[in-house]
Amino acid sequence: MTSASLRSRLFLILVAATGVIWLFAIGWIYVGTKQEVESVLDARLQEAARMVASLGTSKNIARSSVEAEMDGPAETLIYERQLACQIWSLDGRLVARSRGAPISNLGDTQTGFSERRIEGESWRVFTLEDTDKGLRVLVGDRLGAREHIVTDIIKGLLAPTLLIVPLLGFLIWSSLNRGLRPLRSLALELQQRQADDMSPVETERAPAEILPMMDALNALFSKVESARRHEREITAFAAHELRTPLAGLRTQAQVAIGTSDPDARGSALRQIMIAVDRTTRLVRQLLDIANLDALQNPRRDAHVNAGAIIEEMIESQPAHDGLRVEVDPVLNWITLTANAELLLLALRNLFENAVQHTAPRGILRWTVERRPGEIVVAIEDEGPGIPPDELPLVTHRFYRGRHKTASGSGLGLAIAELALHANGARLNLVNRADHTGLRAEVILPARTEALPGGGAELAPAFESGLATTSS
Amino acid sequence: MRILVIEDDPVLSDGLRAGLRMLGATLDIVANCADGRAALSASEFDALVLDLMLPDGSGLGLLADMRARGDRTPVLLLTALDEISDRVKGLDAGADDYLGKPFDLDELGARLRAISRRQTGRASPFLSCNGIVLDPAHMSVVANGQVMRLSRREFAVLGALMERPGLLRSKSMLEERLYGWQEEVESNTVEVHIHKLRAKLGRNVIETVRGLGYRMRVGTQ
Repeated sequence: MTSASLRSRLFLILVAATGVIWLFAIGWIYVGTKQEVESVLDARLQEAARMVASLGTSKNIARSSVEAEMDGPAETLIYERQLACQIWSLDGRLVARSRGAPISNLGDTQTGFSERRIEGESWRVFTLEDTDKGLRVLVGDRLGAREHIVTDIIKGLLAPTLLIVPLLGFLIWSSLNRGLRPLRSLALELQQRQADDMSPVETERAPAEILPMMDALNALFSKVESARRHEREITAFAAHELRTPLAGLRTQAQVAIGTSDPDARGSALRQIMIAVDRTTRLVRQLLDIANLDALQNPRRDAHVNAGAIIEEMIESQPAHDGLRVEVDPVLNWITLTANAELLLLALRNLFENAVQHTAPRGILRWTVERRPGEIVVAIEDEGPGIPPDELPLVTHRFYRGRHKTASGSGLGLAIAELALHANGARLNLVNRADHTGLRAEVILPARTEALPGGGAELAPAFESGLATTSS
Repeated sequence: MRILVIEDDPVLSDGLRAGLRMLGATLDIVANCADGRAALSASEFDALVLDLMLPDGSGLGLLADMRARGDRTPVLLLTALDEISDRVKGLDAGADDYLGKPFDLDELGARLRAISRRQTGRASPFLSCNGIVLDPAHMSVVANGQVMRLSRREFAVLGALMERPGLLRSKSMLEERLYGWQEEVESNTVEVHIHKLRAKLGRNVIETVRGLGYRMRVGTQ
């Protein structure tokens, strides 16, 4: 299993931490107890030595009576036979010893505490010299017995531990299970979800720790859902927009096949041509919109001459007989910093829109104008304009207003706006004040050093050019 | 058959105009809901072909208004939205039939004949009266066992009279059947067609009620 279980990990961490703390505590208690036991027993040794010394003199101590007095039972419990006592005269004669004490000298000649091995056992001995009485009192106890005391205390602590550890483990495990229940139920809910179910996950009873994750999940759901809805709408609209010309094509084809009148057949075939051209343009525009939707941070660092790009765009369009297109020569003095392809796409769609709405022998005019911080390239047509209530709607995809034309798809202005936004520019549509018709303005930020990216720059001659046109 | 088409696509409208004409119908075509409402209040139609996505609103709204007004004109929805749910919605809104784009012209014609036939309460696709049998689907007329050759307009006049034999049809009603709005109505045309029909079918087949109109003579011979 490669995925780590949160529960097992928490369990291991908690159990290990508890175990380490427990062991540390035991170690602490061991060391502390040992020191305490040693100091208590050392004090007892000292006290016992003084007691013996105060009782006895070299004169009144009979050699064997002391031995007899200090006798205890032969085999007793270890704690009851801890101490051993020897009384030596200063000239090195063993005066008396307690039973169980070794015959050989317990300590060396110095006074105070010492440790030594006698007959395979370690002893701790306190030596007291009383020069007045001519006695040396040695009291000792076995180090083994001391260890035993400490070990017994530790054993007393460990025995319940062995019982408590499994209990603690069980408690930790079950509380982890309880604590992780919301996660499990969330996982289960997500597992049982249908692929197209994008409804938000219930967060009311979610614990605070997983709330951010669930909120993020819900935000993702809603994002995916809106993207999908958008896509569905586009597909449905595209289907509608394609099916209608297809129906027209089929009907006209059936008329052309079925009629015996050559004029009617000719007319049907001409209509078929029109429908094919329109459908082709629609498909191209659908592709443009799909490309613009997928576009991310296009490069917009090409230097484009405004006049040249407009001329190039007009030349690539089929000839529209009777229409006159005027291009303000000042445009040739303007350099736009933009993505040339996207700019061309926007200008072409604006131009097509203007052409569609202008009657034969009408005039289309490309103009340019400078506003504070902005350069405005505009195309003016002589069509009916756009009713004011429709102005905010016409850049919506597939929106076709009351003044729509036969060949319009409802996509041109939407494409122009998208392509301009991708260029850092914007589209502004106004009805002309001087004539019926629409003025479509491409507004580009005037380029300054501080503003990289899209922009426009005026050649010095522009100022004089503007002066000439305005005078 | 006089049919109103509400469809905003010019190529399709033109195709319908030419195609349904070949099938013997007279067409009026408008491109939006507002013009459609005006047309419906101005004239009577045998059937309405309605697109759903129109520039000034949904065809379903217009359909609902028609039915609310008690307008029983048979309606065929002709639309690109042909999911089952769209069809159900359309039929529930009061449509008589539904055809998804793209469609077959002959099928459209047959469906239009069917819904307008149901409207007049007939089960048989043929109209018959006094030994004359008219087949709207094939635009053919058989009189006394003989196949007759009729022009499109003669056929339309005869069809209008034979829908309700014995019922009086005014001259203007017959003219409406013959001409859409865009067509110039020539004076005396109805008289000319009646005259030709009488010459082909027999003098006594059609009766003139002076000053009121024409009707099929019932129960003679």
